Amino acid sequence: MKQLLILGAGTAGTMMANHMRPKLDKKEWQITIVDQYKTHYYQPGFLFLPFDIYTEDQVKKAGKKFIPKGVSYVQKKIEQIFPKENKVKLEDQTINYDILIIATGSKIAPEEVEGMKGANWHKNVFDFYTYEGSLALRNKLRTFKGGKMVVHFTEMPIKCPVAPLEFVFLADSYFNKKGMRDKVDLTFVTPLGGAFTKPKATASLSYLLKEKNIKVVTDFAIEHVDNDKNQIVDYADRAVDYDLLVTVPTNMGDKLIERSGMGDDLNFVPTHHNTLQSLDIENVFVIGDATNVPASKAGSVAHFQAETLTDNLLLYIDGKPLKEEFDGHANCFIETGNNKALLIDFNYTQEPVKGNFPFSGIGPLKLLTESILNHWGKLAFRWIYWHMLLKGIAIPFVSRNMSLKGKNI
Amino acid sequence: MEAVLAGINVMVSEDGYLTDFSQWNKEVGTEIAKNEGIKMTDRHWEVIAWIQEQVKAEKPLSIRGIKKSGVLDIKEFYKLFPGGPLKVSTKIAGVHKPKSCI
Repeated sequence: MKQLLILGAGTAGTMMANHMRPKLDKKEWQITIVDQYKTHYYQPGFLFLPFDIYTEDQVKKAGKKFIPKGVSYVQKKIEQIFPKENKVKLEDQTINYDILIIATGSKIAPEEVEGMKGANWHKNVFDFYTYEGSLALRNKLRTFKGGKMVVHFTEMPIKCPVAPLEFVFLADSYFNKKGMRDKVDLTFVTPLGGAFTKPKATASLSYLLKEKNIKVVTDFAIEHVDNDKNQIVDYADRAVDYDLLVTVPTNMGDKLIERSGMGDDLNFVPTHHNTLQSLDIENVFVIGDATNVPASKAGSVAHFQAETLTDNLLLYIDGKPLKEEFDGHANCFIETGNNKALLIDFNYTQEPVKGNFPFSGIGPLKLLTESILNHWGKLAFRWIYWHMLLKGIAIPFVSRNMSLKGKNI
Repeated sequence: MEAVLAGINVMVSEDGYLTDFSQWNKEVGTEIAKNEGIKMTDRHWEVIAWIQEQVKAEKPLSIRGIKKSGVLDIKEFYKLFPGGPLKVSTKIAGVHKPKSCI
C-alpha cells in the first residue's frame, strides 16, 4: 500500500483529502491526514465574532465531519518531518509516506514583538486571528465605554492581508450602531506606506477612511508595546497611544517546519509558485498558508491551489511533468461596514481593478466597488465554505486561474 | 509608465518604483536616491545590495528581517533612509515596495 500523508486538517488539508480520495485507488493508496486539534474553525468568521455578527457556533465545527470516508484521520501532535527518509514522527508513532502534503498553515507569533504578549494580553491588547482572541475581544467590546482604539498590524506577510482594514471599517459601523461613535477615536496603524498600497485600490478606496473618520499612521515598524503607558512604539521612537489595541502580530508558519529544518526565516516552506511542489524535495508538496509563495494567505487561494495541486499529484504519480498552472489567483470579499462590501479578484501579476464579476458587463457582483450584494456574498460565503469549499467542490463560474473578463484594465 | 532616470528610459509604477529590475543600475539608483533627498555612500550601497539579494531569494522584506540580518541594526537603517526606510530603500534598490493585496 502506498501512503499519501497530509499534515494539517485546516482549510487546505481538508480540501486535499476530499479531492484526492475519489481519485486514488483505495486498494493502492492509503490517505492519512494528521492534525492534533479536534475543532475546525471558519477563520473568516473571526472578523465578525468581535462585533456580535456571528456567534461562537457559527465559526466552529468538529473537524471529523469534513474528512471523507476512506481517509484515516489521526489526531496527534506532529513532532518532526524527516524528508530525506520519507517519514513523519508523531508524538507516539512514525508514519512513512510516498507523497507528503504540507498544509500546516500560519499562526500568530505575538512573542516576536517585545511586550505584545505582555501583562495586558487579552485585557486591552487583543488579536482577532485566533478563536480565543476574537472571543475575548467580543467580550471587551460589549462593555467598552469609548476611548482611543488602535487597529494595527506588525509586518507582512499576514493571513488575509486586508482583514485589519476590514476590522477598522466594521468597528466604525459597530460603534455607530451603538450610538457611541463620537466617543471612540479610531486609528489604523500600518507598517506599509499607506492603508492602501496598490495604485488602483488607492485611487478607488481612499475615500473610505476619510468618510469614516479613521486616522491613519503609516510606515510604523513596531518596536515594542509599552504596557505601562498603553502605547505602541516604533523604531523611529514614534508612539501611538491607545486605550484598546487590536493588533495582528507577526504571522509565522508552524514551529514543526522550523523543527524539521524546512522553512525560511518565518517558517514558510519554499515552494514553486506555479506547481506547488516543494523547491527542495520532489515528493513534498505544499499548499495554503504554509507556502512562501507571494500570493495572499487566504482560503480562496488555498481553494484554487487545491485544484492545481490535485492535477499535479496525479501527474507526479504517473511520472509525468507537472503543470505550471497556479497563477496566485485570489478572490476575496472585503467588508467596508454599513452592510456593504467590496470584491477583489487578482493574481500574482494583476492588481485588483474595477469591473463586473463573474460575468463581463453583467456582474452581478462589482469589483473594487462597495455594494450591498457583495456584503451578502461575504455572508453567504460561510455556507459555501462549510458545504462546498471544504468538500473540494468547485465554485460555479469561478475558475482556478484568474480571468480578465469583466475587468476594467 | 515611462520615466527618464540618469539619462535612461525606464518603466516605473505610478509611485515611482521600477517595474523591471533589469533596467536598474547604480546610476539609476543614485538618481532615485537624489529625488528622495539621500546622498548615497558605500554603506548605503551595502544595504541596497543586501535588499536586492533578499528579493532575489524571495525572502519577505521586513524591519524584523533587517534586525535578524546582521547587516545593520534598525536605528542605522532609519538613519540611512529616513522617513520609511523599507519604502525608500526598496525604491532605490529598484525592487517592488512592500505591499498588501489592495
